[in-house]
Amino acid sequence: MQSNAALEYDYTVAKLFTYTAILFGLIGMLIGTLIASQMAFPELNYLFGEYGTFSRLRPLHTNVVIFGFTVSGVFATFYYLGQRVLKVSMAESKFLMFIGKLQFVLYVILALGMVVSLLMGYSTSKEYAQMEWPLDLLTVVVWVLWGISIFGLIGIRREKSLYISLWYYIACFLGVAMLYLFNNMEVPTYLASGGLGSIMHSVSMYSGTNDALVQWWWGHNAVAFVFTVPIVAMIYYFLPKESGQAIYSYKLSLLSFWGLMFVYLWAGSHHLLYSTVPDWMQTMGSVFSVVLILPSWGSAINMLLTMKGEWNQLTENPLIKFMVLASTFYMLSTLEGPIQAIKSVNAIAHFTDWIPGHVHDGVLGWVAFMIMSGLFHMAPRMYKREIYSKKLMEAQFWIQTTAVVLYFTSMWIAGITQGMMWRAVDEYGNLMYSFIDTVAVLHPYYAIRALAGVLYVTGFVMFAYNMIKTMSSSRELTEEPQFRSPMA
Amino acid sequence: MDIRNLQGYASFFMTIFLVIFLYGYIIHLYRSEKKGEKDYEKYGNIALDDEIDSTPVESGSEHQSEKRGAK
Ligand code: HEM
Repeated sequence: MQSNAALEYDYTVAKLFTYTAILFGLIGMLIGTLIASQMAFPELNYLFGEYGTFSRLRPLHTNVVIFGFTVSGVFATFYYLGQRVLKVSMAESKFLMFIGKLQFVLYVILALGMVVSLLMGYSTSKEYAQMEWPLDLLTVVVWVLWGISIFGLIGIRREKSLYISLWYYIACFLGVAMLYLFNNMEVPTYLASGGLGSIMHSVSMYSGTNDALVQWWWGHNAVAFVFTVPIVAMIYYFLPKESGQAIYSYKLSLLSFWGLMFVYLWAGSHHLLYSTVPDWMQTMGSVFSVVLILPSWGSAINMLLTMKGEWNQLTENPLIKFMVLASTFYMLSTLEGPIQAIKSVNAIAHFTDWIPGHVHDGVLGWVAFMIMSGLFHMAPRMYKREIYSKKLMEAQFWIQTTAVVLYFTSMWIAGITQGMMWRAVDEYGNLMYSFIDTVAVLHPYYAIRALAGVLYVTGFVMFAYNMIKTMSSSRELTEEPQFRSPMA
Repeated sequence: MDIRNLQGYASFFMTIFLVIFLYGYIIHLYRSEKKGEKDYEKYGNIALDDEIDSTPVESGSEHQSEKRGAK
């Protein structure tokens, strides 16, 4: 027992990032649904002049859901569970509290800058790294502040060992720092030329094949260190805590951690198969992608086994349902990805709709499910109120699960159809189809995906409503729940 | 040998090294638990028993493993 009995965890910063996660989640997914609809009904491109076209909105969608929604979720959960597993409160350090709030303020400014500049058409044209150089600099500041928070909290901890989730947050911090810096090495043309052109414009310091390699080293590892590593951190804490079951095998979690770290960094070149990068590098990308199944499934199976003997909770607690389905979708997409990385499969899959299909069974089924269930779990502890409605949560679960299934199945069919039609030749070796033939065939599948978007956003609105009601008007709790989150 | 070949070989041997390292790590984990030097599984309780006033699973000096839920 510590002497300081009145001490409590301080969730101020965690709450702030919870609000941005909800806000950016909603905006990002609305844009996603709009661009999905544009693919099915092209007239929708002309709603808002140049600002409403697919080409403007697509990078906005990816940046808002990745750096707005997901990263907010990462920060919110870190500021919540980081304190808890280290058994130290933010309230114990004025300095860390200040850093946390400063990080939030700068983050919001950065996010606004990102949205505005992308809408205006400022872009480096590097995927997931579209922000121009002034925003890149601000990103570095925000990230460094997060690092100070992580290591500052670790510095004043009571719990000597770092729980596995923290390993993953640290890996997220270090991995993104390294990759982001390397990929965004750029020269602002205005400054370098002594005043020519736009102040916002820059050119990459790499060119040609090198540029492609660095870009996909980053691009793929953005998937690793933003969509995987911190989400694994979340499930390693929230699933055991919500279910009251310790991780099935802590040793396996350590092993999967190092496995993931070793293997992920080498898989990026699977984005560049059949391109001008050296052959051995393409082969390496394929091989490492396949090996990646092992550490990924190591974590996922560890989570499923954590529920051993407690599967009844799956029917009783919708939060457990969300998390178990999340780890199942994680298994699906980490099997699908390696399959797409095999060269002969990639020859069909590359450039087709199968790729966004794959992306979204991961991000909708795994990333967003995990973030939402993490925030749901945190809400009763942060606001000292029970979750507003279990029924609503159940309904949300089924609507969104349906949406994910509709999204990836329609894109599987669309992608493979597209891939086969593009390469189909007649008996004389002439291409059988022109591009517009494929577009016509794919129309129904694009419409299904747009419907999936509508359903997913509907579920997200239910989530937001449930959270807001929990914050404001749900029944108050007298005592903090130990495991299962109370819900009305 | 040009730089690209060198890079290829470096990558190959690095992989071998990492594989050996990882298997070494597995052996290390299980062996130190068998010898009783470490109990890795107790760390799982850090998530379950995470009140600010609960006893750390491992504070400054080695403590014996905590029972979950103990307050
Ligand atoms: C309502 C939910 C969503 C819908 C309807 C949706 C729709 C779309 C569409 C139409 C694209 C463009 C595909 C193309 O260019 O062919 C896209 C790309 C993308 N989306 Fe979403 N999205 C949703 C949610 C999300 C979320 C929550 C995330 C991440 C957390 C996400 C991450 C991405 C990424 C990374 C890409 C780029 C994929 C690639 O380059 O292949 N999306 N999305």
